[in-house]
Amino acid sequence: MIATKQTQNKHKAKIDHQAPLLEVNNLKTWFDSRDQIVRAVDGVNFSIKKGETFALLGESGCGKSMTSLSLMRLVPEPAGRIVSGSVKLNGVDLLQLTELKMQKMRGNHIAMIFQEPMTSLNPVLTIGKQIEETVTRHKKMGGYSAKKRVLELLDAVGIPDPKQRYDEYPHQLSGGMKQRVMIAIALAGEPALLVADEPTTALDVTIQLQVLELLRKLQNDTGMAILLITHDLGVVAEMADRVAVMYAGQIVEHADRQSFFSNPQHPYSKKLFDSVPAMAKREHSLAVIRGSVPALSQQFKGCRFEPRCDYAWDICRCQVPAWQLLDDGQGVLCHLLDPRYASQAPDVKKQIAPVIRKQSANHAGALLQVDGLKVHFPVTKGLFKRTVGFVKAVDDVSLVIPKGKTLALVGESGCGKTTVGKGILQLVKPTAGCVVLDGAQLNRLKHREMRAKRRDVQVIFQDPFSSMNPRMMIADIIEEGMLAQRVGGDARQRQQRIDQLLGQVGLAPEAKTRYPHEFSGGQRQRICIARALAVEPKLIICDEPTSALDVSVQAQILNLLKDLQDSLGLAYLFITHNLSVVEYLAHEIAVMYLGRIVEQGTVEEVIHNPLHPYTKALLSAVPTIVPDADRQVIRLRGEMPSATQPPIGCHFNPRCANARQICRNGYPEALKISDNHRVRCFLYKE
Amino acid sequence: MSTTKPNLILFSIIFIVIALVSPLEEFWQIKFVPLWTDLLIYVLVVAVLLFGIQVRHKEHLRVPWRHVLQRPLAMSALVVLGVYVLIGLMDSLHFRQALEKQQGQTETQYSGDVLSLFDVLATPIRVQQEKSYSAPFSAFLYAKETIETPEGQVRDYPRLQYGGRHLKIPAQDRIPNLVMALFLSFVATLLILLVVFVVVVFFVAHHYKTAFGDTMDAIVGGKTGIPFRAMLITFSVICFLVVVVVMLADKYHILGTDKVGNDVLYLSLKSIRTGLVIGTLTTLIMLPFAIMLGIMAGHYRGWIDDVIQYIYTTLNSIPGVLLIAAAILSLQVYLANNPEMFDTVTERADLRLLFLCLILGLTSWTGLCRLLRGETFKVSQLDYIQAATAFGTGHVKTMSRHILPNITHIVLIAIVLDFSGLVLAEAVLSYVGVGVDPTTISWGNMINSARLEMARDPVVWWSLVAAFVFMFTLVLAANLFSDAVRDAFDPRITRSK
Repeated sequence: MIATKQTQNKHKAKIDHQAPLLEVNNLKTWFDSRDQIVRAVDGVNFSIKKGETFALLGESGCGKSMTSLSLMRLVPEPAGRIVSGSVKLNGVDLLQLTELKMQKMRGNHIAMIFQEPMTSLNPVLTIGKQIEETVTRHKKMGGYSAKKRVLELLDAVGIPDPKQRYDEYPHQLSGGMKQRVMIAIALAGEPALLVADEPTTALDVTIQLQVLELLRKLQNDTGMAILLITHDLGVVAEMADRVAVMYAGQIVEHADRQSFFSNPQHPYSKKLFDSVPAMAKREHSLAVIRGSVPALSQQFKGCRFEPRCDYAWDICRCQVPAWQLLDDGQGVLCHLLDPRYASQAPDVKKQIAPVIRKQSANHAGALLQVDGLKVHFPVTKGLFKRTVGFVKAVDDVSLVIPKGKTLALVGESGCGKTTVGKGILQLVKPTAGCVVLDGAQLNRLKHREMRAKRRDVQVIFQDPFSSMNPRMMIADIIEEGMLAQRVGGDARQRQQRIDQLLGQVGLAPEAKTRYPHEFSGGQRQRICIARALAVEPKLIICDEPTSALDVSVQAQILNLLKDLQDSLGLAYLFITHNLSVVEYLAHEIAVMYLGRIVEQGTVEEVIHNPLHPYTKALLSAVPTIVPDADRQVIRLRGEMPSATQPPIGCHFNPRCANARQICRNGYPEALKISDNHRVRCFLYKE
Repeated sequence: MSTTKPNLILFSIIFIVIALVSPLEEFWQIKFVPLWTDLLIYVLVVAVLLFGIQVRHKEHLRVPWRHVLQRPLAMSALVVLGVYVLIGLMDSLHFRQALEKQQGQTETQYSGDVLSLFDVLATPIRVQQEKSYSAPFSAFLYAKETIETPEGQVRDYPRLQYGGRHLKIPAQDRIPNLVMALFLSFVATLLILLVVFVVVVFFVAHHYKTAFGDTMDAIVGGKTGIPFRAMLITFSVICFLVVVVVMLADKYHILGTDKVGNDVLYLSLKSIRTGLVIGTLTTLIMLPFAIMLGIMAGHYRGWIDDVIQYIYTTLNSIPGVLLIAAAILSLQVYLANNPEMFDTVTERADLRLLFLCLILGLTSWTGLCRLLRGETFKVSQLDYIQAATAFGTGHVKTMSRHILPNITHIVLIAIVLDFSGLVLAEAVLSYVGVGVDPTTISWGNMINSARLEMARDPVVWWSLVAAFVFMFTLVLAANLFSDAVRDAFDPRITRSK
């Protein structure tokens, strides 16, 4: 199962001198909204050669998805329209075809897979039927031969036991399997170009690895080209041959992978790299891109990135930059590289040096102690709701968080990490175990006592859109906790406190009288932090607070959380699946698998010396930006089993490469490796 | 905060109105008779006003309402509804007039007839009662009678007492007379419209701070945000009809008369109040049940949810008409046994109307309750409810501050959609005989009494047609308006250009 990652496709060396498969010229897709025109895609040029992977990289709202929809001619009309440009696939301009001819192109020559596999499949048809539909449509097959082809496709996308899966419905498959089915549907017409719009964003890292490998393998086998649309630099580093960076409806940089990752030229690309959190940046605050993406409804007079750029000078404000082609084929849309202006560029090296962070003072003593926490949900059946079993979402979890420290709880979706958070908050009633916060055993408190104690522990949620009542003004949202906990003095003092809190999270006091929908995702997350801070908690449970945000915004929030920890001495329980965030922020890590913690220790110990096979696999599955020749990728078999029927013995044994007989017999006890480091695995028994 | 100020003004107005009651009674020689339904209507009006004030300050409510205000069809419907509501409100101010003082009498005696403001305005058509049926605009009765003439007894259609009495020879004079009247009303309408138009333009120009001429161009060209042009066109049609009625009402029975000689136009207009009362008060009675139980079921879950579900499933499985019939019949028995409870017939009929609303409300809250329960389930899964719990916010506050505002759109949609259904339900129930009191004037009763005459030859069609047209206009306007409201508030319908 362990293989070195040197299997980059051999044929790719040859593709350089071919005619391009897809040529996009000056593509413009605009939207009419109210009285203004939103230029979602504003003059995009690129070309894709046969058999290569071309990555379109950008943050949300930069127009990359709209570009892909324009290629497919799937722009939602009449709100949006393709204003100008050409999209030539094998020399045929797709934008000139009739809709009937375009239908034949879709699937046959150009196919697409989407981000959300859960909603891309029809829930009332078996997956076999859904693939067959495409097969019969594009390949003029029927009956037995069609079914045979479907089974071949299912086999090709690595779905085990295709004959049985043929008759299953989408809800019987996991997310990764559904994405494989989507890929099978896309492949049915044997397209020359596959447009993959964030194909792995909704998947866990170990599954992401599987799907990316599958795409690579299929590309090798069929020689199709892939247009990969993503926001994840790591995925780009793993997959792409060439990269284009999009910003505000335009491509701002264009390069092959090597030069892009070793030498990004556009200030925006550089900033993107700087804002990715990592272990090495722990001592610094992360680089952030100030401000936000400009509104695309305006006519730009200068460079679109100018208001957020550290290097900007006068010319950037009044002249639109011209496309600069560098020697090695790299192209950049920036005045800095324009030979006419480059000499005028101001020297800004000093300004952008990262801020060195003070070491936070050492706080002693445990703030939160969780001992043997169990949360079991009954599975009921029949008319009288007889309990027939339990979902052991959390099964015997023990944690300690010291004052002013961060413990990261890491695991894939469905491992029960969010339930641990809710169990600590007493939002779900723990089945067993105890939660002690600052000397008080939360799960023993009476309802009234618990309400008073809620002041000490607060929560920040993943989705900044659903975590605030859309019908309330910001001031009321922040005030709510103060009112419920009777803190913050009288009405006037509370208003002052709200101003102060908004300042603390970097928002203007004018935000008070506005509604949540007027803010961007990052700003909303700041408001959520301000709301949590309003009652002066000692512990904040952060449930994936940055996973819905773009990298540059994530950096802002991480900086803010770290600053607050330093100044207020907050402790965090940081629930996440993003390991680079953990490396940057956490002091300690606990890795969860199927309701249990399999390994925990300080961040250095666990990241540098992972012991549990699951931790190792998880760490190796994270796509890295820095090319690492001797990186070992551990591929896990299958997916996480359901918590209703966990495997007998060690929960991880069916997926573990090192599983032995003993692993199937019982669950291993925690083994102390060092003062902090513990692991639950039989490998380290002796 | 800023919302309290208009509320204060509103309450002080209510206070002044209550304080003015007795001096006004003195002055006009009347005695106010507040019926139960009247009071509830005033409560409703105040509630709507308060809601309107709140809407102005809440972005999330203002935006969808603005969408409603920009729909020409909805706004035209609103003008029509406005006329109905105006008549209904005028008809909801009841009083008894003082009788002339007899010799040696010190105390003022009041008439046994309870009149409304609308009755006073409509005095000509109210009091001009004929003997029996007469067709619209006719000067004769609909049936032949034996008439005493100087030449002896003749069997002919007798002249009406009031309808067309100014005509010397009806056969010749009627048409020119009517044409003249129509022409005059047309001219009068034009004059009124001119004034209204100038006033509207003036206020719009003042409000938006635009030039008078520009505003006029915008309105005529239909380029204003709020569709003033469509509203003015609707208004002019209504205005013309009203002028015609005003000019002709005391000379003709515009819509004919019924079996006992009552003017059908008067009956139709009086029925408006009954329809509106049923449509709105039923909702008012139903809402607290639906909202409270629906939210409680969705929020608490567990056994509370089970109990509430049990109640509404049980209630739902009893046929509504049966329940209504049983309730109305037992009320009838009660009223017959306790005649001393009421001063006037009107008050007794009013109680039955209220009771009908009550029982309709009790049988119709289940649908909305079920919808709200489901929506509450959905909303209470959201993070902000969890966040509120994490703050230690209590159940009541969570339900009132977080859940209720986020399901208001469903309540609004249900209210406007139910309204027309209830108006029609009244007609059906009265037809069946378990609706309003037979003395209450309502479209249902009109249809019920007209039904027998459908078999006559020549057929008496006007009662039925009048009831149909009035009811149809109201229900159509309400449906058009509710369509717009639903479009604006339904989150699943995306509003793009």
